[in-house]
Amino acid sequence: MPSIIFFHPDGRRQQIEASEGESAMQAATRHDISGILAECGGNAMCATCHVYVDEAWLARLPAMGGDEDALLDGAAAERQANSRLSCQIRLAADLDGLVLSLPDRQT
Amino acid sequence: MSATSRIDHAASAQAAPAGVPNLDVDPFSTEFFEDPHPIHQALREAGPLVWLDKWGVYGVARYAEVHAVLNDPLTFCSSRGVGLSDFAKEKPWRPQSIILEADPPAHTRTRAVLAQVLSPTAMKGVREHFTAMAAAKVDELLARRSFDAVADLAEAYPLSVFPDAMGLKQEGRENLLPYASLVFNSFGPPNQLRQEAIERSAPHQAYVAAQCQRENLAPGGFGACVHARADAGDITAEEAPLLVRSLLSAGLDTTVNGIGAAIYCLARFPDQLQRLRGDPTLARNAFEEAIRYESPVQTFFRTTTREVELAGHRIGEGEKVLMFLGAANRDPRRWENPDSYDVTRRTSGHVGFGSGIHMCVGQLLARVEGEVMLAAIARKVAAIEITGPVKRRYNNTLRGLESLPITISPA
Ligand code: HEM
Ligand code: FES
Repeated sequence: MPSIIFFHPDGRRQQIEASEGESAMQAATRHDISGILAECGGNAMCATCHVYVDEAWLARLPAMGGDEDALLDGAAAERQANSRLSCQIRLAADLDGLVLSLPDRQT
Repeated sequence: MSATSRIDHAASAQAAPAGVPNLDVDPFSTEFFEDPHPIHQALREAGPLVWLDKWGVYGVARYAEVHAVLNDPLTFCSSRGVGLSDFAKEKPWRPQSIILEADPPAHTRTRAVLAQVLSPTAMKGVREHFTAMAAAKVDELLARRSFDAVADLAEAYPLSVFPDAMGLKQEGRENLLPYASLVFNSFGPPNQLRQEAIERSAPHQAYVAAQCQRENLAPGGFGACVHARADAGDITAEEAPLLVRSLLSAGLDTTVNGIGAAIYCLARFPDQLQRLRGDPTLARNAFEEAIRYESPVQTFFRTTTREVELAGHRIGEGEKVLMFLGAANRDPRRWENPDSYDVTRRTSGHVGFGSGIHMCVGQLLARVEGEVMLAAIARKVAAIEITGPVKRRYNNTLRGLESLPITISPA
């Protein structure tokens, strides 16, 4: 079971247990992580599941698709080089311990 | 065409396939429109897959199966129509939609165009104006105190922002709502609602066809943005007007019924209005929850492209499957206290905007309209009281009200 560590904008750390095969967004909403809205339910259509990926993990994530790239340009919080949509991060054993920071806003 | 298609459908109303529970309910009847919830429950409880005797089609009403069908577009296709009518057997009443009624790969290309035109970035461009218009509308209604929340708010507000955002001319806009009502009635069976709507459709169709042309769309609007993508070579010059038509078909009556649903919820559940007033940042979620709770778009069909197993039953090729979005959005297997309207609920995953590749491409625009209207109400309105008879509007697909007389008091 991969775990994910979230950092809230105020620095608070929250660790959750995810299931293999689900997305980081699904794990976050299941555990009621407040900074993830996921208004489109994971369809890569809303950009309200935006996260900043810890540098150490960035290269280990699958490449971003064109939809994701375009959506991130419109994300409510500033897009950075390590911005991703958490609904597009599928969790596997090799992502155990993934560190994600939450933006200060999603809308 | 009406007489023959009626006979066709009657003839096709064959017996339920073995093992599939059958129900004698009509989701396109006045009884259903007045109160779909007991029927939704009966459908969900009968089984994961049901057979509807009246129209000779399969139905899914539980969240898991509705979600599964929505997310398997190659098996459950849209190109044979998302209404009861099967385009493989019956000519569509209007030229087929090149997005809603299309499958990949054709859908992928047209979808990308509308997704860009209605992107989060594009929303930043309209948000400020939409916010100011919502505040002005609520101020105007506060001065009147008593009014019809359907005509004067749920219709008036989207009409004050959407046609301008599209870049439409002033004249002829009175055709927009009748046209949309026609489109959403047309997804239903050949009942009186559908047949009468189509019989009276000529002037509305002519208006919409003309407004989809490039020369009738003001620069900078969503309509012109679609045409600009033809210059870029992403779509052809013939496809552009059809994509504009999709926005005119689906972009107005839906938000009218969405905002209407939210106002009706806040009027019926004053404790939720007070929570919203206490924290106006809940406005966006209060709108989203109203979409889950009322599901302004109640149903869509798919058609099977092959033999497929669903919930343990074998479904043949070329079968229509009716998805009850409204029933899925209140399925107790998925939602806690599904029948309560809760502005703080985690709404992610509801299927009021659909799910999968056809999930509403205008959802961001709908949310902007809903959020800024509810935020204005949260800041300016202290109480909403229903002051007269609430009348339902009948449509084969859209759930909403004809009339909602209310009185509001200032904060
Ligand atoms: C509260 C408001 C709205 C609701 C409840 C709603 C609901 C839906 C649903 C359920 C679908 C899925 C159809 C399917 O799976 O076959 C859909 C698709 C669509 N909607 Fe919306 N909608 C809303 C607002 C809008 C707006 C504002 C626009 C345009 C400006 C729009 C344009 C479309 C289009 C073009 C599609 C077809 C997308 C595709 O097939 O890829 N909708 N909508
Ligand atoms: S949940 Fe909507 S883009 Fe990720």
